[in-house]
Amino acid sequence: MAEQTPAADRAALERLAEWSTRYTPWTAVESVSEPGGGAGLWLDITGCAHLFGGEEALSRELVARLSRFGLSARLGLADTPGAAWAVARYATQAAQPVCRVAPGEQAAALAPLPVAALRLPAERAELLRRLGLSRVADLDGLPPAALEPRVGPEVARRLRQALGQTDEPVSPRRPVPAHLERLAFGEPIGAPDDLARAVETLLGRLCAGLERAQAGGRRFCLTAYRVDGSLARLPLGTARPVREPAHLKRLFAGRLESLDPGFGIEAMTLAAETLEPLSALQMTLAEGAARAPTTGGQGATGQNAALDLGRLVDRLGGRLGFARVHRLAPRESHLPERCVAAGPALPHAGARPGRWPARPPRPVRLLSRPEPIEATAGWPDSPPAQFRWRRLLHRVVRAEGPERLSPEWWLPSNADPAGAPGGSRDYYRVEDGDGRRYWLFQAGGRWFLHGLCA
Amino acid sequence: MSARQDYPSRRTQMERLRRQVRALEQAAPAAGHRVARLGARALDERLPGGGLAATGLHEVLPARSEWDDGAALGFALLLLGRLTGLREGPLLWATRRADLYAPALPAYGVAPERLLLARCGSDEEVLWALEEGLRCAELAAVVGEVAELDATAARRLQLAAETVQRPCLLLHRRQVAARRGAGPATPALTRWQVGALPSRAEAHRGLVGNPVWRVELLRCRGGRPAIFEVEWDHATGDFAVAAELRDSATAALERAG
Repeated sequence: MAEQTPAADRAALERLAEWSTRYTPWTAVESVSEPGGGAGLWLDITGCAHLFGGEEALSRELVARLSRFGLSARLGLADTPGAAWAVARYATQAAQPVCRVAPGEQAAALAPLPVAALRLPAERAELLRRLGLSRVADLDGLPPAALEPRVGPEVARRLRQALGQTDEPVSPRRPVPAHLERLAFGEPIGAPDDLARAVETLLGRLCAGLERAQAGGRRFCLTAYRVDGSLARLPLGTARPVREPAHLKRLFAGRLESLDPGFGIEAMTLAAETLEPLSALQMTLAEGAARAPTTGGQGATGQNAALDLGRLVDRLGGRLGFARVHRLAPRESHLPERCVAAGPALPHAGARPGRWPARPPRPVRLLSRPEPIEATAGWPDSPPAQFRWRRLLHRVVRAEGPERLSPEWWLPSNADPAGAPGGSRDYYRVEDGDGRRYWLFQAGGRWFLHGLCA
Repeated sequence: MSARQDYPSRRTQMERLRRQVRALEQAAPAAGHRVARLGARALDERLPGGGLAATGLHEVLPARSEWDDGAALGFALLLLGRLTGLREGPLLWATRRADLYAPALPAYGVAPERLLLARCGSDEEVLWALEEGLRCAELAAVVGEVAELDATAARRLQLAAETVQRPCLLLHRRQVAARRGAGPATPALTRWQVGALPSRAEAHRGLVGNPVWRVELLRCRGGRPAIFEVEWDHATGDFAVAAELRDSATAALERAG
C-alpha cells in the first residue's frame, strides 16, 4: 500500500495529462477547487477520434493503455463536460469502464443518476436528498424559480451545463496549437533514420496545413511519446515565419540526437505554436533565393536577401541560442561599457542604423570588467610611470590623456562589485616599452586596465 | 659524358618544377579572382595579383599571445575593412568572448552595424558558425576568433570560402608557431603574424602616435614569406610600410625559394 499525498497525486495526474496529449492536444487536469475534483482528466477529443478509429475505439485503447501502466480508469464520453463527468463516475463499472452518451442524449443518460453526479458539493447533494430530490430526473422537471430559493443557483447551473443548455468553458493545460500533426507507429521506433523520416512526414503535412492557412510558424514543438508513457519535447524557434519542410528539417536534424527514444517511440506530434501570416508571394521569393546559386550573389537583394539571412540566423540561433546572435547598436552613454547595445539580428527593412559618435581613439578590445592594476603614479593627474598587469611589469613610455568620462548622474551608481568604483574616470592611452598599447583609467585613486588598443 | 649533359641539371629541374607549382597555385584562385588592395605598395607587391585575394581563407595571429592580441586584431580589422569595402552585406563575426569594442571599428573601415555577432561556446562552434556563414550568400565576409585551429578545419573553411567566393578571416587568439618560422602548414591563402613595435619617437613627442607593427607574412600561396614594419595612420586610415625587414630566417627562406 502506498501512502497518499495530494501533491504527488497531482503531479502524477499532470504527467498523465501530458501523456494523454497523444490523443488530443486539448487536455486538462480537473480543478481541485471543484467538488470531487482533482482526480480526473479532461480530454477534448473533438475532431481527433477518427484518427483512432472512432470514439469507441479510442476509449478502448485509452483504457487498455492505462491498464498497462497499472491504472484502472473510468471513462465518460459525452457532448458536454458535465455529462461526461457524471457518467464516468456514476454509470460505469469495473467490468464496463467506458460509458458513452450518444450525441444529444444527455438528459436520458443523466436521468437515473443520483444528484451528486451534477458535480455538487456534498452538503448541497444531502440537502436535495432530504427534499426528496435524489435523482437527476427529479430535478429536471422543476421550474428554476421554485428550486433556486431553496437550494441556491448552483444546482440549476450545473444541470444546465450537463444538459448542454449553457456553455461550460474548461481551459486546457497548454494552449492548443492551431496546427498539429500526429503520427502513430505500428511498432515503436528508435533508430535515428526512422526518427528523421517521421519528422519529415510530419513536416510535410504540417507545412501543407500552414500553406492553406497562408501562415508561417515561428515556434514549433515536436513531441515524442515513448512506450513507457513518458514523453520528450523538442521545441524549435525561428527568426522569421517559416513553412518550408526542407528548412525546418535541417533545423530539426541537428537536434534529433538529443531526443532520447528510450525503449521506443510509439507516436509523435508536431505543432506550430506561434504563427505569423506568410503569403504565397513571400514564399516564392524565399524559394527563389534558396534556389539561386550561392556564388555570384548579385541577384540576391531586398526581400530575398533578408530571408536568406533569416535562415542563417535560424541555424545559428538554433544551436547557440537566439540571445547570442545579434547586431551591435550604439547607445548614448559616456561610460565605455554602456556605449554598445545588442540589436536584433535581423533589423527591419526600414530601420536606420544608429550613429556611432566620433570619439578619440578607442581600444579594439574592451575587457568585460576593468582589471585592477598596480600602478606607480608619477605626478598627480598624470599617467602612471609603470604598472603591473597579469603579473608582467609594463613601463609606460608614452601616454595620452586624461579623458574624463563620467557616468550619467541619473543612472544608478556604476560601482562594480569586483572593485571598480563609481564616479568619474580619467582615461589614459599608454604605450609600453614594447609598443603595446593599453587603455587605463584612474578612479577614486586606484588604477584599472580597461582595454587593449591596436 | 655526353649522356650526362642531355639531362638538365638538378637545379634547373627544381626551378622548372617550382615554376609549375607556382603557376598552378596562382591559377586556383584566379577563377573570378578578386583582390583587395591593402594600399601599401610594398605589401601589395608581395601578394599574388597585387593584393589580398577576396575569396579564401586568411589567418592572422599574434606574435606573442595575449600581449599582441590588440595589434593582431587591429591588423585583422584593417584587412577586413579592405576585403569588404566594395561588397555589401553583413559580416558574420563568430567568437567565444564578446570583448570586441564596436566604437573602435569605424576607424578601421569596418562599420559596426554590419557585424552580425555570434557568441559561441567553443572553437568547434566558431568553426561551425563560419561554415554556416559561408553558405549564406548575403554575407560579405565571415570572421572567426579561435584559440587553436587544426589543418582539417582550416582546409574545410578554405574550400568553402573559395567555393562561394567570399573572404574568411580567422584570428587566432593564441600564438600558433611554437618555433620561429612558418609554423605548421596551413591551407590558408595567407597567414600573418602581427606584433607591436614602439611607435616612432621623432613624430610625436611623448604622445602615443600611430601604431607600428611588425607584420610577418608567414605563408602566402603563390607568393613568398616576408616581414614588414607597418605604420598605420589612425587619422587617414592608411597603411605605410616603414621598412621591409630582413632577418636571417627570411633570408634563408628566400635563398631556398
